[in-house]
Amino acid sequence: MMRTLLFVMSTMIVMALGYWAYHENYKTQAVLDDVEDLQRDIGAKRERLAVLRAEWAYLNRPDRLRELAAMNFDRLGLFPLSPEQFGKVDQIAFPEEPDPLSLLPPAEAIDVQAALDMIEDLPASTDETQE
Amino acid sequence: MTRVPLRPLARILEARASGDDPDAIERENKQQRHDEMRDRARQRSEGRLLVLAALFFVAFTTVGVRMGTLSASEAAEPRAQAPGAQIAAARADIVDRQGRLLATNLTTHALYAQPPQMVEPVRAAKELARIFPDLDEERLIRDFTGKRKFLWIKKKLSPEQKQAVHDIGDPGLLFGPRDMRLYPNGAVAAHVMGGTRFGVEGVRAAELVGVGGIERAFDERLRDPAQAGQPLMLTLDLSVQSAVEHVLAGGMQLMNAKGAAAILMDVHTGEIVALASLPDFDPNDRPRPATEGSPADSPLFNRAVQGVYELGSTFKIFAAAQAMELGLVNPDTLVNTTGPIRWGKHRIRDFHNYGKELTVTDVIVKSSNLGTARIAQMIGAERQQAFLDQLGFTKPTAIELIEASGSQPLLPPKWSELSTMTISYGHGLSASPLHLASAYASLLNGGTRVTPTVVKQGPIPTGPRIVSERTSEVSRDMLRQVVARGTASFGEVEGYAVGGKTGTADKPKPKGGYYDDKVIATFASVFPAHDPKYILVVTLDEPVETTGSEPRRTAGWTAVPVAAEIIRRVAPLMGLRPEIEPPAPLGVTLTAN
Repeated sequence: MMRTLLFVMSTMIVMALGYWAYHENYKTQAVLDDVEDLQRDIGAKRERLAVLRAEWAYLNRPDRLRELAAMNFDRLGLFPLSPEQFGKVDQIAFPEEPDPLSLLPPAEAIDVQAALDMIEDLPASTDETQE
Repeated sequence: MTRVPLRPLARILEARASGDDPDAIERENKQQRHDEMRDRARQRSEGRLLVLAALFFVAFTTVGVRMGTLSASEAAEPRAQAPGAQIAAARADIVDRQGRLLATNLTTHALYAQPPQMVEPVRAAKELARIFPDLDEERLIRDFTGKRKFLWIKKKLSPEQKQAVHDIGDPGLLFGPRDMRLYPNGAVAAHVMGGTRFGVEGVRAAELVGVGGIERAFDERLRDPAQAGQPLMLTLDLSVQSAVEHVLAGGMQLMNAKGAAAILMDVHTGEIVALASLPDFDPNDRPRPATEGSPADSPLFNRAVQGVYELGSTFKIFAAAQAMELGLVNPDTLVNTTGPIRWGKHRIRDFHNYGKELTVTDVIVKSSNLGTARIAQMIGAERQQAFLDQLGFTKPTAIELIEASGSQPLLPPKWSELSTMTISYGHGLSASPLHLASAYASLLNGGTRVTPTVVKQGPIPTGPRIVSERTSEVSRDMLRQVVARGTASFGEVEGYAVGGKTGTADKPKPKGGYYDDKVIATFASVFPAHDPKYILVVTLDEPVETTGSEPRRTAGWTAVPVAAEIIRRVAPLMGLRPEIEPPAPLGVTLTAN
């Protein structure tokens, strides 16, 4: 009795292991196929990337850019870079000191009621200017 | 195997005689035999177990080793085409110093025919001749209907042409994939790029072989499959190169020159930022070498690297610098400029009469041949030769272009005292503009030797010292004064403190002697003079400036304005901020007027 059970059990284990092994094998093959496909895709994409890079370089070639700048001179007014275009930091004006109150979001305003009034007042005041 | 009988007759009879049980003998023998059999069986199974264990060990070791190598090795590269292409078609890209593409590959198709497979050879030939007007219809018909089994028709097809050939629909017309070298910027930096052609051709692929410039000099590196993924980075800057070529082409036209060359070099490292030679060509469609006329007139000729010219008065600063380095003179030493100097049938004269004597600084500023010749006399032939050798004037330049190896400077066969004098003002020794640029860089960067290069490498070590920093500084100041108040006054570019020396040399006739009305005008400059960053050498071949009452050919009127315009255009591109130059130290500014 014990022996039969042992035989049946081991046969079933062998079958289960076989099933599992084949399953893994098929999965591996499928993944390998996927990898092959992906590699081909990557290769094709790389080739495409090379073409796009070449096209980008071709469209950005200095001769063409120069011609485009000349053709669109009326609209863009582009000149070659000249020494006069270098600036110094102290030539740039300081930005105006912003009003600290206007930066506060209304919900966290110190005077909530005043902020709410201001929002209510706004449409009315625009109406008045329209009249 | 001898079989032992279970009931040996002799013992049985003996036992019967003595009254023993003969069966006991049989049992004893049987027992013995069984023992032997059991021992044998056990031995055999033990052997089998051992073999099995060995097999398992080998199998698991194999699996283990394989797993080890798989995990240790790099993953295979993705590939586009089927494996097994015999010809490695990949060629590395070439990029400029900011990584912008200068050369890359495109996949196109080549067209070939297999006449035995053709259905309608005559119609196919007619259609092909219609698509490609340059093909000869008669010849195609002859090839298609003749004995040939295979022929190439076109090496590169555009997608439109390929579709048109597809539409003919003849099974005997076939396409093979081809990698094509593309220079997206056209003629920009054509002479540095050189060009490529197809080498070994197969149906599936064809190899690309460099034929000139960097493509030829670095052919091995570019074709190496291990480095195909890494682009070759040059020291050129595409926008600077393009601006230099543009201005130079304009200047060449304005000055009616038949050729021009310009070199822009980093004064400390020898890295070439721009190298132009005009007329140029399109490396996508490289012309064939000229079979007649002078090769120097071909657009393939790189004037900046291959052309050896007498570079005229640009050489004077070398004599002055060497004399100062040797302690023979200082900038304020007075030099005798009375002339002419007679030497056999030769006479050395000045362009103008500069009076009896000039300071060394003024000899350079006013470009006096007599003054320079007398300084050279003080130096002597041997020391001059050694100094020019240090500056690289006796060997071809080491730049990584295939054309450079042929640019051997022309030296006098015998370095006499007359040669010493003429060479000091740039006659009797011919060198390429690149030689001049490297020598100027070596002299003016603080006095250490630089080697010209177009390939970006790691940090470049400082070369051996040629002159002291002091001499270098004084030389720069002299050159600055040439621009500020001397022969190169058109070279002033506000904010960039240009210093430089002009040189105008008569062109030699092919059969000896010199032309009266053909010159090579050169301007070699450094900017900014007080804190040198770049060397610019501009050479114009046979320039004539015709706006005045009489034609002007001197470099001051031709090469200098072109060089100034180049500096004005490219210095901002390279991020050089215009600055007010510091006042020169007192000891150097003292000059006699």
